[in-house]
Amino acid sequence: MSLLIGVPREVFPGEKRVATVPDVVEKLIKHGFRVAVEAGAGDAAQIADDAYRAAGAEIVADRAQLWATSDIVFKVRGPDSGEVALLREGGMLVSFIWPAQNPDLLQALAARKATVLAMDSVPRISRAQKLDALSSMANIGGYRAVIEAAHAFGRFFTGSITAAGKVPPAKVFIIGAGVAGLAAIGAASGLGAIVRANDTRPEVADQIKSLGGEFVPVDYVEEGSGVGGYAKVMSEGFQKAQREVFAKQAKDVDIIITTALIPGKPAPKLITEDMVKSMKQGSVIVDMAAEQGGNCELTVPGEIVVRHGVTIIGYKDLPSRLAKQASTLYATNLLRLTDDLVKTKSIEGDTIAIDMQDEVLRGTTVINQGEVTWPPPPPKLSAAPAPAAAAKAVVAPPKAKGHGEASAPMSGTKTTVLFGVGALLFLLIGRFAPASFLGHFTVFVLACFVGYMVVWNVKPALHTPLMSVTNAVSSIIAIGALVQIAPDLTKISADLARPNEWIRWLSVAAVALATINMFGGFAVTRRMLAMFRK
Amino acid sequence: MTSGLSMVAYLGAAILFILCLGGLSNQETSRRGNVYGMIGMAIAVVATVFGTQVMSAGLPYIIAAMIVGAAIGLYAARVVQMTQMPELVALMHSLVGLAAMLVGYANFIDPAVSTNLTPAENSIHEIEMYIGVLIGAVTFSGSVIAFGKLSARISGKPVLLPGRHWLNLAGLLIVLYFGFVFVNAHSVAGAMLPMIVMTIVALLFGIHMVMAIGGADMPVVVSMLNSYSGWAAAATGFMLGNDLLIVTGALVGSSGAILSYIMCNAMNRNFLSVIAGGFGTDSSAPAAKGAIVPAGEVTPILAPETAELLRDAKNVIIVPGYGMAVAQAQHTVYEITKLLREKGVNVRFGIHPVAGRMPGHMNVLLAEAKVPYDIVFEMDELNEDFPDTDVAMVIGANDIVNPAAQDDPTSPIAGMPVLEVWKAKTSIVMKRSMASGYAGVDNPLFYKENNRMLFGDAKKMLDEVLTSLKA
Repeated sequence: MSLLIGVPREVFPGEKRVATVPDVVEKLIKHGFRVAVEAGAGDAAQIADDAYRAAGAEIVADRAQLWATSDIVFKVRGPDSGEVALLREGGMLVSFIWPAQNPDLLQALAARKATVLAMDSVPRISRAQKLDALSSMANIGGYRAVIEAAHAFGRFFTGSITAAGKVPPAKVFIIGAGVAGLAAIGAASGLGAIVRANDTRPEVADQIKSLGGEFVPVDYVEEGSGVGGYAKVMSEGFQKAQREVFAKQAKDVDIIITTALIPGKPAPKLITEDMVKSMKQGSVIVDMAAEQGGNCELTVPGEIVVRHGVTIIGYKDLPSRLAKQASTLYATNLLRLTDDLVKTKSIEGDTIAIDMQDEVLRGTTVINQGEVTWPPPPPKLSAAPAPAAAAKAVVAPPKAKGHGEASAPMSGTKTTVLFGVGALLFLLIGRFAPASFLGHFTVFVLACFVGYMVVWNVKPALHTPLMSVTNAVSSIIAIGALVQIAPDLTKISADLARPNEWIRWLSVAAVALATINMFGGFAVTRRMLAMFRK
Repeated sequence: MTSGLSMVAYLGAAILFILCLGGLSNQETSRRGNVYGMIGMAIAVVATVFGTQVMSAGLPYIIAAMIVGAAIGLYAARVVQMTQMPELVALMHSLVGLAAMLVGYANFIDPAVSTNLTPAENSIHEIEMYIGVLIGAVTFSGSVIAFGKLSARISGKPVLLPGRHWLNLAGLLIVLYFGFVFVNAHSVAGAMLPMIVMTIVALLFGIHMVMAIGGADMPVVVSMLNSYSGWAAAATGFMLGNDLLIVTGALVGSSGAILSYIMCNAMNRNFLSVIAGGFGTDSSAPAAKGAIVPAGEVTPILAPETAELLRDAKNVIIVPGYGMAVAQAQHTVYEITKLLREKGVNVRFGIHPVAGRMPGHMNVLLAEAKVPYDIVFEMDELNEDFPDTDVAMVIGANDIVNPAAQDDPTSPIAGMPVLEVWKAKTSIVMKRSMASGYAGVDNPLFYKENNRMLFGDAKKMLDEVLTSLKA
């Protein structure tokens, strides 16, 4: 006789989700389980009893009987006191538990000698992502939050120019870029809004951008990543800087969606009454942290209120409002958990013995055969690698001087010595050199400086053309030869024995050589430069 | 043309030369810059030929000389291969040096120039002449040797004479002594001996200097000779009292000096140590004690696998080196680049400042192969992008991608900025064999786990990669 998985109808008021769907039922049966579903369990999620039956599940009308016969109970919400009483002694329950917030429930379940796996306690490690129900629910919540906001907001999200006039795009500000925040960013930018987002963890900036959002940083240096990929409580200085950023955004945007949660703590109050007052009439705030008290001071958990002309949505059951989708994803998460349980031989045949060595199962299991095993040892991995002191290279890589960039200023003494030597040299030249030389000398020194300034701007890619063109330009030496080929000899006294022929032929040779350079250099430079193309 | 007119013509030419160099600050304006240079040169030559200093009797000689020179120059510019650019540039430097020497001699044997000079002016003029010929001679012989080395007519290995620093010092002293004799000689005939001795010493010095420098230090030498050719022109300008020559010479001289400085920086070596002789001074001795001797296994790879890696990559950086120039592989590299870019792969080129044998050598080769210049980046521009790069392909480069420069303080190339290809997910090094690079330093990159070696001639291998990519 194989183990029976029982799926009762959710009893929490307004809860529309159900812990399994027909597709998953089929797969569970393939794993060798029997599945029983309470009659009407899927009604709120638009899943008929017949669909379960067709998938191979047994429909049980009697609630007490279902609980009593099930070896394993799959649920969405944590059991209320009535359900705890129905749970079989020594039975197994898989659902959301929130052990930190519900210590009494934990004790009550422990008293039933139950084995309880809490879907909210799945460790946040890569391997466990496939059964991370929090993420899948948050994903749905983020999407739904945008839909709720769009519903309450009196304008288009996307900007457009219509025949009836110009429609500006809605501006959405999302606080917290966890799974819910990112889903909201994606949904809102998909609807065409201008999306901005803030998070205390700087490493999520890229994720925000990848979904079409714009990261709004808080200009205050503090690392906001806590262990396990969650945010942590920030310092007072940071919070002040953060409030300023939020106040500025509140004045500008039409919709604020807050998702800031810190595990095991009440939600931080990020949106003050003053900020709400500063928002435009008709703006919307969706407070996804309503269940933990809300990120906005004016949030009424579970309700929609209008304060200072701003609609504040404090629904606690956003995922449940997309019941079919949420049920499907949650059921799949449970299926993955079941896979893991079977794979680790935690469930083998008719016996259940959770493998407490497995990190995922260890974290998820909050009560093992009546023994409270919560909290688990903390997980160690954060989403981004910690900025651990990377092993420094033995030789610090020298900062190659940027091209054309001024190098670091010389030390004072070096500069003084250099200027001193320069001054001395100039003094000597000025003292002894004749005036005619000084004129040329001035030109020379200034030209050196001009050359220095100009050449620093040359791109390294053009260094070869630079060399060939300077080469061509240096054939200006031809001028020196030209003036000697046939100078005005009448000005020279006749008694000087001038070896005219020698001078001429030397000069002619020099002109020919320099001309090779002149034409060759410019031509080859031209040829090279013509090759550079985009 | 009056002397006033030639004066303003010279000024105009000087301004055009400055604009010419300024135009090279980016690719869009560079062509115009080159045109400015040509116009400037034309103005200068025309203003001189038709100026007061040249009689019409000289015109036939001038025209004949210029036609010959222009024909040779244009022919050379047309036939030169882009891979031979360093040789051509070196050869052209030697021509400037030789021309400076000839002009100096012509000026020296002309008694007319010093007739109206005061004794002080005369001494200065003689010193100018002496220095002009000296620089011209060093530039000439040094460039000829550089040309020989670059075109592989002379071995690229440094030739180190025993006591070479002493030889250089002795040369310097001889030059100084004869300089003194030269200035004190009262006739051309009397000054001829010191002039000739100095010229010979200078020529030998130029040869000796460049012979002692090895192949990969060539970018420094070529830019240094570039600088010398400028100084030679400037010295000639002083000798003739011609401001245009002085300005132009100074522009070229400082340009070459800056290039040498940039090249030295890129190798993290100081200028003197490059000039004093290359690496491998005692190449027979093992690496310094305590040096990390890289060990481990290299992982060879074949062309089809390389193609596979490239095809699956999103970001590829290609690091070309002298090996690409030698194998003439730039066109194949571009074919591969084009193919990958069509497939949506982001291909970029990373150029180390001293890659190749001349500043900017790789850029010119890639430009020749029609690689668009906006995907060719300097080392500093993309060195930080290697961690996001899927494949870094090193083609015929070694020392410029050697991680020992950063990790191993005892390495001879420690501190030299290098392209951090080993940070890419996979690096592929194309090499003919496991021989070490020019610096004689073994490359730990080859032994890294994420590195693959593609052995063989770069051109042949790349052709195979291209074939596999097309398949």
